Amino acid sequence: MDMPVPLHHYLILSGILFSVGVVGVLTRRNAIVVYMCIELMLNSVNLTLIAFSRQLGDLNGQLFTFMVMAVAAAEAAVGLGIIIALFRNRQSVDVDDVNLLKG
Amino acid sequence: MQLLIFYGFGFLALFSGIAMIMSRQPVTSALLMILNMFCLAGLYAQLGAHLIAALQVMVYAGAIMVLVLFVIMFLNLREKAGIVSKHGVMTQAVGIAVLGFVITAMVSKLDMAKLPAAKAPAADFGSVVAIGRVLFTDYLLPFEITSVLLLAAIVGAVVLAKRKV
Repeated sequence: MDMPVPLHHYLILSGILFSVGVVGVLTRRNAIVVYMCIELMLNSVNLTLIAFSRQLGDLNGQLFTFMVMAVAAAEAAVGLGIIIALFRNRQSVDVDDVNLLKG
Repeated sequence: MQLLIFYGFGFLALFSGIAMIMSRQPVTSALLMILNMFCLAGLYAQLGAHLIAALQVMVYAGAIMVLVLFVIMFLNLREKAGIVSKHGVMTQAVGIAVLGFVITAMVSKLDMAKLPAAKAPAADFGSVVAIGRVLFTDYLLPFEITSVLLLAAIVGAVVLAKRKV
């Protein structure tokens, strides 16, 4: 095994991926794309956890990632259920059309 | 060689992420997201997390994204006029500018010397046996709570997607 990749490479990559996800959540209108951007943010955090786990030789980071994946799976089921219910009521999944709570 | 693998997967992940938030069709976004998840699985494997890499492909790229694609095709979604949210353009611009500032500040503050030194991982680092041993001893309670969470999610999804409650 040759030279490993330095830790800060992974940290910077995951920081950039996280900000791409945030920009997507802030700017996109389609609820499903917004949902995928949230997944992207979760994934970038997973990358940080696993990079640190490798660096410290500690398995706890990988277990955290495991739990994040379980939560993401639960979130997928409920989130897509919400999107389907939304589409049934509004015939649209545009987040700009959902303004019932707006005063 | 390691660096080459990192840059290959890293740039592909980055490009697919950016293309995902920029593409017009939700289906294209979803397919790019799957590519992104495969790249991240490659990086996990490179970092020695072999089980997590396999789970990433199976759970994320397999189960979750197939569900997303299914919903997109089920609802026959197309972008109407404009993909970008129309209200509060100024707010969005300010938000993105602040975010860019924070990221720049974070990266510039990143002190390479203060990062923890790399430790040589154990021989079975990231293997199913090693993860399973920790998962079923130290993390037994979170593991059980996860199962309750998944049950709640199943019930919630059924209730939400049902026509009449």
